[in-house]
Amino acid sequence: MDTRRAPRAVIDPKVRKVGFFAPPELSQSGLPDPISLPSSSLSPVMIPPPRHSSENLLHHARPLAPTVPGASSVSIEGSVVAGGSYGSSSELFPAPMSPASSSYSSSRFVGGGDGDYCLNGAAVASPGRGGGKAATSFPRGGFESPAVKASSVPASGLTTVSVVNDSSLGIRGREKADNGGGSALEAKDQATNSKQKKDKTTKAERRALQEAQRAAKAAAKAEGNKASGTVTSGTAKPAKAIKPPHKVDNSSVAVSEKKGCDRPPEKDRKKDVPQPRMQYDDESRVEKAKRRAVVKQTEARNRVELFRHLPQYEHGSLLPDLEAKFFQLDTVHPAVYKAGLQYLSGNISGSNARCIAMLQAFQDAIRDYRVPPEKTFVRDLTAKISSYVSFLIECRPLCISMGNAIKFLKTRIAKLPLTLSESESKASLHSDIERFINEKIILADKVIVKHAVTKIRDGDVLLTYGLSSAVEMILLHAHKLGKQFRVIIVDSRPQLRGKILLRRLVEKGLSCTYTQINALSYIMHEVTRVFLGASSVLSNGTVYSGVGTACVAMIAHSFRVPVLVCCEAYKFSERVQLDSICSNELGDPEVISKVLGREDVNYLDGWANTENLQLLNLIYDATPSDYISMIVTDYGMVPPTSVPVIVREYRREQLWI
Amino acid sequence: MDFQVVVLAGGVSKKLLPLVSKEIPNALLPVANRPVISYVLELLELSNLKDLIVVVEGEDAALNVGGWISAAYADRLHVEVAAVPEDVGTAGAIRAIAHHLTAKDILVVSGDLVSDVPLGAVAATHRRHDAVVTAMLCSAPVSGPSESGSSGGKDKTKKPGRYNLIGLDPTQQFLLHIATGAEVEKDLRVQKSILRAAGEIEIRADLMDAHLYAFKRSILQEVLDQKGTFHSLKHDVLPYLVRSQLKSEALLNGVAQVEENGTEKIIAQSNQQMLSQILANASERTFHQRYALSPNGTSFRKTHKCCVYIAGSNRYCARLNSIQAYSDINRDVIGEANHLSGYSFSAQNNIIHPSAELGAKTTVGPHCMLGEGSQMGDKCSVKRSVIGRHCRIGANVKVVNSIVMNHVTIGDGCSIQGSVICSNVQLQERAVLKDCQVGAGFVVAAGSECKGEVLAKK
Repeated sequence: MDTRRAPRAVIDPKVRKVGFFAPPELSQSGLPDPISLPSSSLSPVMIPPPRHSSENLLHHARPLAPTVPGASSVSIEGSVVAGGSYGSSSELFPAPMSPASSSYSSSRFVGGGDGDYCLNGAAVASPGRGGGKAATSFPRGGFESPAVKASSVPASGLTTVSVVNDSSLGIRGREKADNGGGSALEAKDQATNSKQKKDKTTKAERRALQEAQRAAKAAAKAEGNKASGTVTSGTAKPAKAIKPPHKVDNSSVAVSEKKGCDRPPEKDRKKDVPQPRMQYDDESRVEKAKRRAVVKQTEARNRVELFRHLPQYEHGSLLPDLEAKFFQLDTVHPAVYKAGLQYLSGNISGSNARCIAMLQAFQDAIRDYRVPPEKTFVRDLTAKISSYVSFLIECRPLCISMGNAIKFLKTRIAKLPLTLSESESKASLHSDIERFINEKIILADKVIVKHAVTKIRDGDVLLTYGLSSAVEMILLHAHKLGKQFRVIIVDSRPQLRGKILLRRLVEKGLSCTYTQINALSYIMHEVTRVFLGASSVLSNGTVYSGVGTACVAMIAHSFRVPVLVCCEAYKFSERVQLDSICSNELGDPEVISKVLGREDVNYLDGWANTENLQLLNLIYDATPSDYISMIVTDYGMVPPTSVPVIVREYRREQLWI
Repeated sequence: MDFQVVVLAGGVSKKLLPLVSKEIPNALLPVANRPVISYVLELLELSNLKDLIVVVEGEDAALNVGGWISAAYADRLHVEVAAVPEDVGTAGAIRAIAHHLTAKDILVVSGDLVSDVPLGAVAATHRRHDAVVTAMLCSAPVSGPSESGSSGGKDKTKKPGRYNLIGLDPTQQFLLHIATGAEVEKDLRVQKSILRAAGEIEIRADLMDAHLYAFKRSILQEVLDQKGTFHSLKHDVLPYLVRSQLKSEALLNGVAQVEENGTEKIIAQSNQQMLSQILANASERTFHQRYALSPNGTSFRKTHKCCVYIAGSNRYCARLNSIQAYSDINRDVIGEANHLSGYSFSAQNNIIHPSAELGAKTTVGPHCMLGEGSQMGDKCSVKRSVIGRHCRIGANVKVVNSIVMNHVTIGDGCSIQGSVICSNVQLQERAVLKDCQVGAGFVVAAGSECKGEVLAKK
């Protein structure tokens, strides 16, 4: 019987599996398969005897808990196998199967592959698959005996894999009887010379499998979703059916390839795509980031829904916390620490000042830096700088100019010739930073002033918003040149930085008007030019600047007043941003709930406890390029559309200096 | 972080007689059965400051202090003890060790400070403002236990001396005026220039100078060198620095404080000037900078900053500089500020060493401490008191609001209230002490009743 059917079975089982296994499984909730699967999987070559045994076992076992009997009975003969489960069994088998080692290995792979597939295909299918694959491949290959052995081995491998599946649905295995019986019969038919051995082994294996399955249940439960999906889906089997053919051709290779192909690509993809900006509404990532953080950051509670992806912390506790840790943070250089504290406390703000403060802190840090033994200057210093940067970010998110400066410094470090000694390298970096500050910031400002002053004529009424160091220099310089003009300083709460500018301009004798942004549209009539500062200009011409700038620019545009944005070229960014939502900085919401100098305005005190109140203190906004007439930069006065050109043409040169 | 720490442990203070002696200098006075200096050292250790210089007045005291520290902190701290002659004052102490000071900034801590204020915060404030000096202020303690309002007459006379008048700017970051102790007269003199520059001065009397300063080393040394008569940091150096903050005199032309104030210095290189301008202009200037650039002055004036760090009200901070303070601190350390003591409290909120023996019907109330190997007889009662090691206390003894040091023998029927009993004292039967200080080794006769007295060996 067995022998007769065996040859035919080899081919058929797969087909049948494909054909009716899936539907029955689906219809019958896939229960029959698990048991049948092991058997079926073995079926092509070795399955018949095992089947019987398995069926017997099943019969025997059924009254009892299937697992227990299986385990006990197996333990004697196939104890090793059982215990070892997949891995061990494979190890055991190789010896007998040595001739078919290649096939064996392939089968193992298959098993592994099935493991993954199992998720897709029913647990039942997997054993069948494995067996089927092995069987098909071998018969076609022409090695029957090795194939058999091989099949036996693979079967074990597969079974173990399946275990996982079964474990996911233990019931299946028990119930499989119906379909399993059918498959088992086929398997029996297929059975070849090695029945006896197979019997034992198969029994052992199956028990092992069952045991393993049970054992793996727990694990499988975790994967419950996948497993369940596999079980229910009839598609799994077809997939299997297709698989074996692949194997036939280049079983081992194909399998290994599959593995190789499936996973690496994902990794590659991850590497290729730049790390997305941290989204602060992704809790798991936030948790991770917190663990790394030096500064204890407490998430603000009532955040505005639209801006949840941006970091927002309880500002009140940040500074005291950081200060208290002054002596604990040995890893941070004192100068960097000081810069961080000043960012956090607001003693230094404005992107030029922050950038200069950071670069000077880095200069100090590099001066005091000593290469630890067994490390290379370049790498260790880069890591060091990165750690400083992350510290600064924790104090306050970087602005784009700082990001560019850091990029510059890092490339300078990376480009250091290896032949330079430590002190020479440090001196070189020191002068590089010095040059960056001088050329990219100071000289750039001077050039900007020179350009922009040509746009100021006698009798002009200039409007500026907030505090911009470049605009201040322009105004002072124009005043020095004796031009007669008036300045309107528009300001906004909560920072009121325009006051700082106002005080300095008035001290120098300029005639000024000071107003809040609310009154902007009324005063815009008399304005002849608008000068604005910027935190950055993005490569689509969008101006990224302090919140309120967009409003000023738009109103000026509607009044047909030219808007000139003064921005050093080192602040240009390759980024493109269409709105001010996706990337922005959130300030301390407490600040807007208080009114300076009005202690009696305390309606919002303790607002944090009010669940249905959310305060939003945005720091930046993005002004579309349509509203900008001209950008004054150190490369001249250009329309916003030319920004990408500057970024493209000068970026390389700039970074390499 | 480029800070050096100097602990001024003092010597044998007259204010604390008869509790202190050559054997037990100020620094080793036990607070909750631990020398008071251990609180400072632990605070420093907690702040990761493990390299310290401890300055002690008097050779003998230095030996004792050094011995104790080396035994207790052998592997934990790197401590150097320096002995200076007595009565050189705190300024003199710094002068004596000046050549050991190399760091950019120096943290000067008084050895009698019992506090949990994070030192890092003081140092960070100092750094952030680039100040010449940063002083830590804490709310002045309400002296005297609330329930035993009557403290010794001796203490009462001292209380007025505690007054500190401290002037702060509106942001409470800068120190504009400081007058301490004897300087406080009926009228308060405030410098016009400072008032005009700052616009507003907030005068506070509820703050206490905790004698914890961060100094810029170069400035401190310059001041000490040039002003040879300065005796105390608190009474001479600090007021001097505060007074002169808007007219930094020639002696303060050190490089240190100039560069940060940015605009006030005419720098040859215009780039540098612009750079500092950008930095300085980026934010609201402090009144120092405004003053330095005040409109009529074509020549820039030199200024320096004196900052304060005001400890939060939830922090404990006290100085052991009087007998009253001593009993207050003892009470607090086993009471409300018990996290400082480093002991774990029992369910009854007290600490009884396992080896201590209690007689029948003896009760030890909350906020009490009973040291190692002490024995108590029957029907005793202990309330809010600290009892040291190996004391032998008879039956029917009442100890309330008191401190009993080590190896004290107390006879039956004694009553001790609000007193400090030093080591090796013997109290014979039925002695009654109220608000007394008993010096080491004294024998109180049986049946004697004392109130508000100082009992010590002649």
